[in-house]
Amino acid sequence: MNFDKQYYNIGFLDQLSYKDTFVHKLDPRAKIITTSLFFFTVISFSKYEVASLLPFFLYPVLLMTIGEIPFMLIFRKVILVSPFAVFIGIFNPLLDSGQVFIFQGLAISVGWLSFFSILIRFTLTVSTTLLLIATTSFPGVCHGLRQLGLPSLFVSQLSFLYRYIFVLMEETMRIVRARNMRSYGERGKDMRILVRIAGMLFIRTVERAERIYSAMLSRGFQGDMPSLKPYRIKMADVVFTVSILTFLYVFRLYPVTRILGGFIQGVFS
Amino acid sequence: MSHHIVEFKNVSFRYPNKTEALRDISFRITHGESVGIIGANGAGKSTLLMHLNGYLMPTSGTVNIGNLYLGRQTRQEIRKKVGIVFQNPDEQLFMPTVYEDVAFGPLNLGMDEAMVRERVRSALDLVGCLDLQHKSPHHLSNGQKSSVAIASVMAMEPDILAMDEPAANLDPRSRRLLINLLRTFEHSKVIASHDLDLILDVCQRCIVIREGNVAADGPAFDILTNKELLEENHLELPLSLQRG
Repeated sequence: MNFDKQYYNIGFLDQLSYKDTFVHKLDPRAKIITTSLFFFTVISFSKYEVASLLPFFLYPVLLMTIGEIPFMLIFRKVILVSPFAVFIGIFNPLLDSGQVFIFQGLAISVGWLSFFSILIRFTLTVSTTLLLIATTSFPGVCHGLRQLGLPSLFVSQLSFLYRYIFVLMEETMRIVRARNMRSYGERGKDMRILVRIAGMLFIRTVERAERIYSAMLSRGFQGDMPSLKPYRIKMADVVFTVSILTFLYVFRLYPVTRILGGFIQGVFS
Repeated sequence: MSHHIVEFKNVSFRYPNKTEALRDISFRITHGESVGIIGANGAGKSTLLMHLNGYLMPTSGTVNIGNLYLGRQTRQEIRKKVGIVFQNPDEQLFMPTVYEDVAFGPLNLGMDEAMVRERVRSALDLVGCLDLQHKSPHHLSNGQKSSVAIASVMAMEPDILAMDEPAANLDPRSRRLLINLLRTFEHSKVIASHDLDLILDVCQRCIVIREGNVAADGPAFDILTNKELLEENHLELPLSLQRG
């Protein structure tokens, strides 16, 4: 069953976040800040930019290498969600048909440039997000967000989401298995049955929420999520953040690829 | 000492859908007693436990816990006195890591950080789960989850410990460890369970609930050897007594 496979898949990403590498040990705040600034930088380029975006792959590659995250895992997940980006940009080459010369008189439509630009931005942002999750435990991300000043209400919603997504998926898996066990073929895959399963899950979730709330109340919950501050900023976090910020700054403001290209041309000519 | 008492006086409770779960039930549990609550499915055991910390309020009658009468104003005070361990540890452990979960109660009591750390450490140590503290609850086995759930309640140092089916989902060894653990606690204990052997091992006193009322109340051994009474209540002799 496909569902089982997806379940263990999510669990795997979660397992990865408990490794013990340099990237994993960084303060979540450092990673959240650099990742979000990375987004802003990547998005801020003009829509026909392709060459200047390429150096930014350094950041995810760096995270992946130092964090010992398998490339194929990230790659497969990026491919999985890529249709969204492809459909956003697919008509650009037709609609935006201005000509641009890229190499010795070879011309293509400007739309192709913006299409590729979208794809590159998509790959950059999605892979860094996945890497952030794979190198930072989810509770860590929540703590980081809380310490960065996000309202406690949002953060507790996020941490409940993480805590119960596995429970909920297990419950779904049990229902789906029970259905498969007694559906002997096609009948059980009927749409109506699926709708009922969804309804059932909803009711069970509401009941569970009720019980969780009562467990919270009985331990003195009065509307505010308390939290300890488990993280202290270390030297490594400061160094990491500052160097990534410098990297983003330099690659944003100077056409590094062109300078490098010019330099190499100079060497060969 | 007599201040850790639990006293139900003519308590009735009706759910909004008109189901009468408790009917005029009265009993008194004194300091340091451990009491087993047994009865058929739907007899009202869980409803009764929910009254112990004011999650449910009696429709009529009074609940007195440690000389505080249960009401909307006293609810928060009473919750500090009574620790409830719920049946499903997945619902008890709602924080993303074991450590934070055990710290949840003490933090809500307004303790400072050093005190909280000390409480968490000793509670986890008590149930032998200190090395699990940085794990996520969904990475634990059922036995570990149950132990951590108990620790999360013990960290609040309640006067009265209430448990709903503490040994459900446990393998025999984890169950035995739990029984031994429970026997070392000197709190007043209220344990609702179908596991009659567990009750026999842990509790001195036993209350049989039938249709929301007390059907029998007495020393655990007397009640749990009374075959007729047990069978009337959809129960049977504890397995350890069936062989003889």
